[in-house]
Amino acid sequence: MTDVVMIPRPAGHATRCTGGVLVAAVLIFSLIGPLAVPGDPFAQSLMKALSGAEPGAPLGYDHLGRSIFHRLAHALRLSPAIAIAAVLTAGLGGLVLGTWAAARGGWTDRILTTLADALLALPGLLLVLIVLAIVPGTALGFWAGLSLVLWVEFFRLSRAATHEVLASPAVQATRLLGFGPTYVFRTHIWPEIAPMMLTAAAFGTATAIMVIAALGFVHVGMRAPTPELGLMMVELLPYWREAPMALLSPVIATFALLLGLTLLAGSRET
Amino acid sequence: MNTLMTRAIQALMVAVLIGAATFAMMRALPGDAAYRIAAGRYGYDNVDTAAADAVRDELGLGGPALPAFLGWLGDLLRLDFGTSLVTGQPVIEEIGHQLGASMALAGVAVLLSLILGPPLGILAGLRPGGVLDRVLLVVSTGLKAVPQFLMALILILILSVQFRLLPAAGHGEARHFILPALALALGLAAVNARIARDAMARIGAMPFYSFAQWMGLSPRQTLWRHGLRNVSVPLLTYLGLQFVTLVEGVVVVEAVFGWPGIGHALVHAIFSRDVPMVQGTALCLGLSFVLINTLIDLVTQRIDPRRAA
Repeated sequence: MTDVVMIPRPAGHATRCTGGVLVAAVLIFSLIGPLAVPGDPFAQSLMKALSGAEPGAPLGYDHLGRSIFHRLAHALRLSPAIAIAAVLTAGLGGLVLGTWAAARGGWTDRILTTLADALLALPGLLLVLIVLAIVPGTALGFWAGLSLVLWVEFFRLSRAATHEVLASPAVQATRLLGFGPTYVFRTHIWPEIAPMMLTAAAFGTATAIMVIAALGFVHVGMRAPTPELGLMMVELLPYWREAPMALLSPVIATFALLLGLTLLAGSRET
Repeated sequence: MNTLMTRAIQALMVAVLIGAATFAMMRALPGDAAYRIAAGRYGYDNVDTAAADAVRDELGLGGPALPAFLGWLGDLLRLDFGTSLVTGQPVIEEIGHQLGASMALAGVAVLLSLILGPPLGILAGLRPGGVLDRVLLVVSTGLKAVPQFLMALILILILSVQFRLLPAAGHGEARHFILPALALALGLAAVNARIARDAMARIGAMPFYSFAQWMGLSPRQTLWRHGLRNVSVPLLTYLGLQFVTLVEGVVVVEAVFGWPGIGHALVHAIFSRDVPMVQGTALCLGLSFVLINTLIDLVTQRIDPRRAA
């Protein structure tokens, strides 16, 4: 009588491994690439503009005769570095505030939750744009703006999980035995939150990279000589017919990185 | 009523947050805001100290911070957005012009995503693990990893540059809608389809669903009477949350396709440091998120009365 329909979750482990391999491949390319083939992402030689691959520039040259290989490698260091810095800040902030709100309850909880709800109503892109206009320095602005956007997700996750764990009999027993809040956090709360935080971190990194690239693409992010994924795409777009590979390399790299991060995050519970 | 109260507080907080953010933006502008605004008004070649001073006096850009901030919030809460620093037109009028274009684009995109996504998701959810289900999983995962600007780029390259089927930019005719709306809709549809599929698979596995079929209803009748209403609740809820993604998409896609909407205006306003304009557009977007989600709360309570209890 048990004809339970098996709902196939996407094969968790295999999916995550594929994602991990993709992300690792992109990062290895960006870190090792310029060591294997030395070159300068800013050096121009207009004679070679839009010409094809050669040993010194395995992906050819862009419209100003700069090596696409080296520009791409630099771009793939810049965005993930900003994204990871923002995710770490946001994750730490969200974790601290979330557990604090859940543990304290009352007005602390109410104020922080209202703040998080209000931030949720604002498009992240918009906040990042406003912060970019306030903070001097584009990379710093991206870091601050993205941290401001991303902490909400971490806050909500850790608040909900902490709330649930603190109400459990296990925590009550621990408290009766006389253990302090640090012990409760380490043995009860953190093991519950940790896997969720990793998923949220992968999603957050993907979001951050998307935002940086999207703003670069519409000319309001990183400034021109800096190699950045979105900026490279929009610079090379007019030369699509002459040099399709020049445009496709940042496109493919961005897609691989984002796909890898999405797979690494796994499926989110709906 | 509790829902409405929570949403009202959220709306108020949104207004205060945007007020604080735009005020900080006004105060902390790198360089002299007066020069930038003067440049925006008179053109870069006609800016001199006199013009900048005139702008500074007119807008009260000097002076202490706290009273200015309170006055700023007061204006905001009275919905007095002031005039655009660049065009000199009231912000309300400017937004009124642009909001229509944006809403048309967003509406077409949502409609398109609802035509593409949920039907496929429901079909896949009726046979979990089937061929369609597996293909849909791969396609939607792939689509989710493509940001909207990249989708726009790919669509432009394929449909308008290579095959010359559709215009890459422009506004006014029906065919100008297709590319920007599609760029937005594909990403939304990928998520919609997954939500619909998960909900359908969950509901299809429930005892009441099998019971409806044992009563002698055909699969079509079962789906129509017992499936769709249940699937629509998570779908609608998620659609409300996706609004933020949609707005972000609209900002980027409008900038890429040169669509004269609110997102385009916002990017320009931030670029030229037109703070009242930024404030007006941001508030408009934030409040419409709250409004849409309030409506969706009310509608889902009608569809599924268990939620109201």
